[in-house]
Amino acid sequence: MTGILSWQDLAIGKELDAMVDRPLTVTDFVRYQGASGDMNPIHHDTEFAKKAGYPGPFAVGMLPAGIMATYVTDRFGTEAVRRFKVQFRELAWPHDVITYRGAVVALREVGGERLADLELAATRPNGEVHLRAWATVVVRLDSQ
Amino acid sequence: MTSGQSGEPFDLVIEAGKVREFARATRSSNPAYRATGGAAPVTFLMSSELWTGPENAPWGDSPPSYERLLHGEQEFNFFGTPPRIGDHLTGITRVDKLYTKEGSRGGTMSFIETVTEYRRQGTDDVVAEVRSTLIVTGKAAS
Repeated sequence: MTGILSWQDLAIGKELDAMVDRPLTVTDFVRYQGASGDMNPIHHDTEFAKKAGYPGPFAVGMLPAGIMATYVTDRFGTEAVRRFKVQFRELAWPHDVITYRGAVVALREVGGERLADLELAATRPNGEVHLRAWATVVVRLDSQ
Repeated sequence: MTSGQSGEPFDLVIEAGKVREFARATRSSNPAYRATGGAAPVTFLMSSELWTGPENAPWGDSPPSYERLLHGEQEFNFFGTPPRIGDHLTGITRVDKLYTKEGSRGGTMSFIETVTEYRRQGTDDVVAEVRSTLIVTGKAAS
């Protein structure tokens, strides 16, 4: 975890510190699938994945999406997020080291709350974008 | 499947143990997810899977096939702080939009957009709205 960002830390165009994750494993997929209840075998059953035309199990997209949400809440707090959208691009695979990045694209005040809009991306080691994401967060006025 | 079609409403209780499990699975060591009455992780409502059966799915008993199903987009909107540990919610999922596109790698792709609205149990207050875009491909994508 890093410190919680406050209003004076932010500016339009500001890039958030990147987070380089540890390599993805099928165990990570299984742990997430158990937590979420999405047991689609394509993410852990090699035979099933091959039968469906893939070289093997690939990442359940909502796992990197959830890690991206953690990336946001580690920087803005667990109660800050008002909107979070992910769009899946290239598949991610076991052993991939995914890098999570984000930047501030808008700052606004609505109904007495200070909001920041973020654009985020999770990339594979070869530079391919695994997912893009957008978040709106409520920002604290002062650092705590 | 037709747009507007919805499944039966379902209950979802935000349980402390499931929040810990979910936070751990998504690489969070934030102590706020272990606090009494703390907010649930941003994508926690994905675990509605554990609270629903075929009767709650908007497509009834003819779900799209797993082998050809890709997840396109997922969006969470919260009307205030995300739901908290201990909250009792009622969800209802509807098919919002259906359309097709020609894909470069997957043949003709059918898109299914569903929306799940969550209300605080026993009230009309929508606290969260979750939109899923699912893609049914003509063949396995690569």
